[in-house]
Amino acid sequence: MNKILFGRYVPGTSFVHRMDPRAKLILSLIYIVAVFMANSWSAYVVSFIIALTIIASSGIAPKFFWDGVKPLIGVILLTVVIQVFFGVGGHVYWHWGILSITSDGLLNAVYIAIRFVLIILVSTVLTLSTSPLEISGAIESLFMPLKKIHFPVYEMALMLSIALRFVPTLIDETEKILNAQRSRGANFSSGSIMARLKKLVSILIPLFESAFNRAEELATAMESRGYQGGEGRSKYRVLNYTKNDIIGTIFMMASVALIMVLRNWS
Amino acid sequence: MSIAFESVDFVYQAHTPFENLSLRNINLTIPDGSYTAIIGHTGSGKSTLIQHVNGLLRPTKGLVNVDGQIINANTKNKQLVSLRQHVGIVFQFPESQLFAETVVDDVKFGPLNFGVSDTEATNRAKDALQKVKLPEEFWQKSPFELSGGQMRRVAIAGVLATNPKILILDEPTAGLDPQGRFEMMELFNELHHKEQLTILLVTHQMDDVANYADNVIVMDGGQIVKNGAPVEVFRDTKWLIKHQLGLPKAANFAIKLADRGVKFDKMPLDISGLVHQIVNVKDRRPSHE
Ligand SMILES: Nc1ncnc2c1ncn2[C@@H]1O[C@H](COP(=O)(O)OP(=O)(O)OP(=O)(O)O)[C@@H](O)[C@H]1O
Ligand SMILES: [Mg+2]
Repeated sequence: MNKILFGRYVPGTSFVHRMDPRAKLILSLIYIVAVFMANSWSAYVVSFIIALTIIASSGIAPKFFWDGVKPLIGVILLTVVIQVFFGVGGHVYWHWGILSITSDGLLNAVYIAIRFVLIILVSTVLTLSTSPLEISGAIESLFMPLKKIHFPVYEMALMLSIALRFVPTLIDETEKILNAQRSRGANFSSGSIMARLKKLVSILIPLFESAFNRAEELATAMESRGYQGGEGRSKYRVLNYTKNDIIGTIFMMASVALIMVLRNWS
Repeated sequence: MSIAFESVDFVYQAHTPFENLSLRNINLTIPDGSYTAIIGHTGSGKSTLIQHVNGLLRPTKGLVNVDGQIINANTKNKQLVSLRQHVGIVFQFPESQLFAETVVDDVKFGPLNFGVSDTEATNRAKDALQKVKLPEEFWQKSPFELSGGQMRRVAIAGVLATNPKILILDEPTAGLDPQGRFEMMELFNELHHKEQLTILLVTHQMDDVANYADNVIVMDGGQIVKNGAPVEVFRDTKWLIKHQLGLPKAANFAIKLADRGVKFDKMPLDISGLVHQIVNVKDRRPSHE
């Protein structure tokens, strides 16, 4: 349970930490698009160097990034295997029925694996260096134009920040309930699938119960403190672009330009 | 069953920046059939300590020995099932563990997990519910329809029904009314005497310590800072106050009397001790007064 990185924020004062969350969010998205566009070795090498630079300027220990990639290794391998056996084009090395190993298939498999890793790394930088509140603040601010078409921006941002805020709480809660049931002899790692599912009920029901209670308490607490929706509320954390964001943007633009040039070259 | 901790360290979330050394070099022996109270202010590591006794947490360093079964960093969950049968834990706010459709079904959960037959489990459940004094009209209700105090009783019954040899109680009476609190504490005491249960009680109630425990462990910052009989631990009043711990009501009362010139032979810890001493003081009063 402790390994789950989602929603875990590592406080710090690095260059990346001090960037505006909106800039970080947009630049991360741009980077992800650029990585998808890259289609040559040189472009991937550049993308990789960019990712490493970002990681280095976040000042967060490499161990964290490994923890971010580790749980997804299975998914990456599966995609690679599918790509290897079903990819077509180029020289055919082996083939049996619809399965075949081709030079293009192999190359694409490697590219996909690299893309996966790069995207996980950069989005991990984003979630580790930006607190959940900042992220929802950024999304709220970026979606603000949608207010014109009556999109409930405040409500969405509030829902998002509450959801993010309660992820660690729910994890702790799950662990508590798990421990209580384990003490009563529940063994979640043995028995048939049906038996295991049945035991899972002893976790899920208390968890839902407490989540609903929490939601109700939170709603009551907010109302009793005068919450009336987001309209006209001022902000405690005011977002401001700074020098770091300009430097970050220029760096990213230059990198993307480089990737695009390399893409067209090969 | 006896419990021994040998140089136990425990770290929450090891190898992350959230790393938190919550137990440091714990050495401890709890004899079979004893009643031990664990006190210490919030965050001192009491709950962390007790979760080592049935292997929910495993020592980062050192080992825990429960009646010959060793628990260390490499112990697997599978090896712990039989141990958990003998160690019952009533967690802080245990009502959060209720899940079944009826009260009886919830209490049966533990015994059934330990391989007891359905009829036997039902008998044990009814027996346990009687012990915690939950009126029979509630037995077939959903646990979620009960009041907080009633839910607490069901949760405690759920642990008692597994027939543990070691009963661990993490602030079992927090949030109960005074009558419920008294009944629960008397129940645990009765189990301790009649069924020779080894009891570990985590509490902030110094009166419970004085009334029931024969041994006290004081924790601070993940370490054991004092370990002894209640009389010894409560003797050092200044030290206790410095560690943000109180005194039993009787001892507080005695100290106030002492401030006004009454002399006590030794510090009384419970009401009967206090009465006894006051009576003695009166007897010793010179006749001309
Ligand atoms: N799941 C966890 N992850 C990380 N740290 C934890 C976790 N549980 C407890 N801690 C930390 O370990 C320390 C000891 O906590 P513990 O729950 O054992 O205290 P306690 O003595 O039981 O306190 P209380 O009287 O409030 O119940 C605290 O500093 C706490 O912040
Ligand atoms: Mg505790």
